[in-house]
Amino acid sequence: MSVVDVDLAGAVEGAAAHLYVWSLKDIPQDLRDALADASERETSVTGRRVLSTILRNVEVADTERNLVCQDTGIAVYTCRVGERFPLHPARIYEALKAGTERATLEHPLRSNAVHTITRENTGPNTGHRLPIVHWEFVPDWDGLDVKCVPKGSGSENMSFLKMCVPADGVRGIKQFVLESIVGAGGKPCPPGIVGVGIGGSADYAMYLAKEAIARPIGTRNPDRHVAQLEDELFELLNETGIGPMGLGGDVTVLQCHVEHADTHMTLNPVAVNYQCWAARRATAHVSASGDVEYDREA
Amino acid sequence: MASHRITFPASEADIRELRAGDEVVVDGHIVGIRDRTQIRIFDQGVPPPLDLSGALLLHTAPNVRKVGEGRYEKICIGTTTSARMVRFTEPLGAQYGVRAICGKGGLPDEAIEPMRRLGMVYLAIVGGAAALETTQIEEIEEVAWEELMPECLWKFRVRDFGPLTVGIDSHGSSLYHDVQEQAQERLKEILARI
Repeated sequence: MSVVDVDLAGAVEGAAAHLYVWSLKDIPQDLRDALADASERETSVTGRRVLSTILRNVEVADTERNLVCQDTGIAVYTCRVGERFPLHPARIYEALKAGTERATLEHPLRSNAVHTITRENTGPNTGHRLPIVHWEFVPDWDGLDVKCVPKGSGSENMSFLKMCVPADGVRGIKQFVLESIVGAGGKPCPPGIVGVGIGGSADYAMYLAKEAIARPIGTRNPDRHVAQLEDELFELLNETGIGPMGLGGDVTVLQCHVEHADTHMTLNPVAVNYQCWAARRATAHVSASGDVEYDREA
Repeated sequence: MASHRITFPASEADIRELRAGDEVVVDGHIVGIRDRTQIRIFDQGVPPPLDLSGALLLHTAPNVRKVGEGRYEKICIGTTTSARMVRFTEPLGAQYGVRAICGKGGLPDEAIEPMRRLGMVYLAIVGGAAALETTQIEEIEEVAWEELMPECLWKFRVRDFGPLTVGIDSHGSSLYHDVQEQAQERLKEILARI
């Protein structure tokens, strides 16, 4: 089939429009299971009240076909583009932007996008450099994966970066993550997913932390040193007693994910990005011929 | 920990009965408010066109559909992080007689003293639980300052709104303060052993 016959831009735009709304309404199964588990193991009265309300809310969102949370966030997409996918990333970006606008106007969704200085609304969840798109390029492949992660401001405001020094070691990393989550208290809507990015550079560590929050619950980093850090942080964070919505309790986080990059011998960056309990994400697999398959669990 | 049902607008006596940790379910009318709304009231000195005496304020910026001149239908209404707006607590109570603030994530300790002195409470809602919250809002009765959309002043009629948890009461007690103090202690213990 010739690429001229296929409206790939239209397919990507449609996928973005669908993903944005769908991710806001239908949270992934791994998250539903983690919330149910949390509700089982929580012992504090206020914590149990919060978690049972969360579970009721997820059910109501299903039956009413409504948004789980009113904060439609900033639309963040991660694209994995095969080297032989026939639509250039410049056009993919345009299609994602058009899809975001379409979803916002057609549903309609609250538009959160403002100019950073004037605070005036810039468009239907779009603006200068909005939506945010991260790119990964895959050799020997002709497909495209688009993951949509609408990021609410309550959790995004609880983002932290520290340039630890090598002498701080892994202990310095753990300390910074623990202090960040205790300091955040109830503001980022716990219990959620703590994303940690280590290594690389200041900006890349924060990007990695964002990648970490978008991973399904139950996954572990393939690097055993990093996976061990994930296990340790998960245990320690739940010893802090911050609890559901910061009202005190046993469950402070549903999971802690760590992503890493190798770094300079004198650098030890650590970034924390929080994802609220309504950890929304949804993926579309787009083929070179424009077929779209939706995937809630990726 | 007791359970209460309160109809707003409420009296000081109603509010003084509440203790940190208690559960509250709300009926009656509540007023939606947010950052820009309060910046206009206090920093720009524009008095709010809705009566706030005895009111429960909700930190919100709803998803709505316009259905006529000044008339809106709910789509999804939830609650935003309160801490950003803590500096308005004292003047809301002192100048306008507000009795309760409902939001998520809590207010910092600087809210404790004015709430004690003025007879106000902070009611914690479950952040993100907007689908449920929307079903408890019966109608959007009034909207003022539409040009601040979605950060207008909203008057909602609610039924069975909650469950809410008293996060800060009018007797000087704050769950957020207590949880934070305890967590800082635990953090010290953890850091001593890792």
